[in-house]
Amino acid sequence: MTTLTPAADLRQIQQRAHTMRRHVLHMAEIVGQGYVGQGLGIADLLATVYFGELRHDPKNPAWPDRDRFVLSIGHYAIGLYAALAEAGIIPLAELDTYGADGSRLEMSAPETTPGVELTGGSLGHGLTQSVGMALGLRLDGKSARVFNLLSDGECQEGSTWEAAMAGAHHGLENLFAFIDCNNQQADGPPSKVMGLEPLHKKWEAFGWHTQRINGNDPAAILAALAAAKTVPGRPHAIVLDTLMGRGVPLFEQREKNHFIRVAPEEWAIARSQLGEAAP
Amino acid sequence: MSTPRGVTGSILTSSTDGAAQTATAPFGHALVRAAEKNPRIVGLTADLGKYTDIHVFADKFPARFFQMGMAEQSLVGCACGLARTGYVPFATTYAVFATRRAYDFIAIGAALGRANVKIIAGLPGLTTGYGGTHQGIEDLALMRSIPNLTVIDPCDATEVAQATQVIADHDGPVYMRLLRGVVPVVLDEKTHRFEIGRAKLLRDGTDVAIISTGLMTGRALEAATELAATGVSAAVLHVATIKPFDRDTVSALLARFPRVVTAENHVVTGGLGSAVADLAVEAGLKVRLRKVGIPDVFCESGSIPYLVKHYQMGAPDIAAAAREVLR
Repeated sequence: MTTLTPAADLRQIQQRAHTMRRHVLHMAEIVGQGYVGQGLGIADLLATVYFGELRHDPKNPAWPDRDRFVLSIGHYAIGLYAALAEAGIIPLAELDTYGADGSRLEMSAPETTPGVELTGGSLGHGLTQSVGMALGLRLDGKSARVFNLLSDGECQEGSTWEAAMAGAHHGLENLFAFIDCNNQQADGPPSKVMGLEPLHKKWEAFGWHTQRINGNDPAAILAALAAAKTVPGRPHAIVLDTLMGRGVPLFEQREKNHFIRVAPEEWAIARSQLGEAAP
Repeated sequence: MSTPRGVTGSILTSSTDGAAQTATAPFGHALVRAAEKNPRIVGLTADLGKYTDIHVFADKFPARFFQMGMAEQSLVGCACGLARTGYVPFATTYAVFATRRAYDFIAIGAALGRANVKIIAGLPGLTTGYGGTHQGIEDLALMRSIPNLTVIDPCDATEVAQATQVIADHDGPVYMRLLRGVVPVVLDEKTHRFEIGRAKLLRDGTDVAIISTGLMTGRALEAATELAATGVSAAVLHVATIKPFDRDTVSALLARFPRVVTAENHVVTGGLGSAVADLAVEAGLKVRLRKVGIPDVFCESGSIPYLVKHYQMGAPDIAAAAREVLR
């Protein structure tokens, strides 16, 4: 037996987030493009979850009593791979293969990769399956929990709300949904594509214990998780306002940055900007 | 006095085809028997517990039954999540809702993920007179094209019960059509044995082969009896598993019989008839084939006997098709 909640403190979490951002830049530079904005923007959440909350066993990713981290948004894989490598679930060196032909680290995370609970990418699936996992774990009397990462755009999929109803109806207090609001979907900001706000009030109205926080602040994420765990009988929504490209001002300021195209000479600037932001 | 007016009736008109013997809720009772042996079996439905016979399971195992409301994407997704924690979920709804509304969830959640999920789909083909919204006429074509998925169309109460146990023991995603309510008994439970992927020769013959699936097998057997009375010897091969398709048995039969009729409770595009035709061409066999099934239309609403006659889906229609290929 096995790993429990990693007892990383805030400073360690911030350092992990920084290292994960380096991995994200490294992977994106090799393929020359990609979801680098998402990977940078979600690093604080992933570092906090993997090093401050998630009970798992890096040597045995299929440990039946593990907490599940379910990535709905398959294109955030670049961020997840950085976390899986930092956590020791996949080798660091394998990150060099991100997006390459024949690699396990596909641009959208496949469940055949260790540590990937299910194949996301077709948005609106993750929460429906997370409800089933949470029901199954509860039926088994296990204390394991399910953490689903969704995006703001994904809340336009009707199935997300089918699952939200089900999570509340079945009283799944072992179910946590992180909703990443980076305010950027394929065709632009949700307010122009299909308005979602007030998003946290929608989750509240669906019966979830809901908090809205700065998703780039690990201390706020830890505090929200602690608060959520005091509320019994309901699933927990934590709506995260995040900044795409966080940590690299060049990308933070880029418009239309759902899928960033980066000029070859810009990677050195990005690396240098991230270095300056080290905690 | 004019003949009595046919009435569409409710969504759930049990259509027993005038069977001498019937069984009630064979799926629900078989699921209870399977669940008594396997504590990992759970049940779910999308507001159709009473109408898919899973209420029998829900009454017996309330703690292992999950009501998901009218939300088929959530139904299938939740079942996949339960499978990922080691459960064997049976999820019920109507065929139209499972396949039309939750297609992506079956394709990605269940099939791509090889989740151990059993989707049980009521009102296949012309088993309801309620019209195009509720008649699952193209589900086999949709499901048959999904990799990894097992697709089953049982013939009668005997096979529904046997298949329920077999798919509970089978590790992998399954889509099974459901015959619910009062269901005819066609096959003898003592001699018939349902196996995934195995077609069964129910009657041998010398002149023509009828290849059938689902409830059309009962009518195919009737047609063979009717044909025998006029001196035509018809074999009947029952293909309960649409996928994986029993290519060996079907191609051996096609090699023996150049004159073939297929019969399915489904549109004639993309189902059993299409599978047989594909196979014949691939095997280089010259066959004269006639497909009995729902034509390429959405069906009217009406009473089942009216619809079966109107769309030429009855035993006499199968016999007529056999005579046609023999001409």
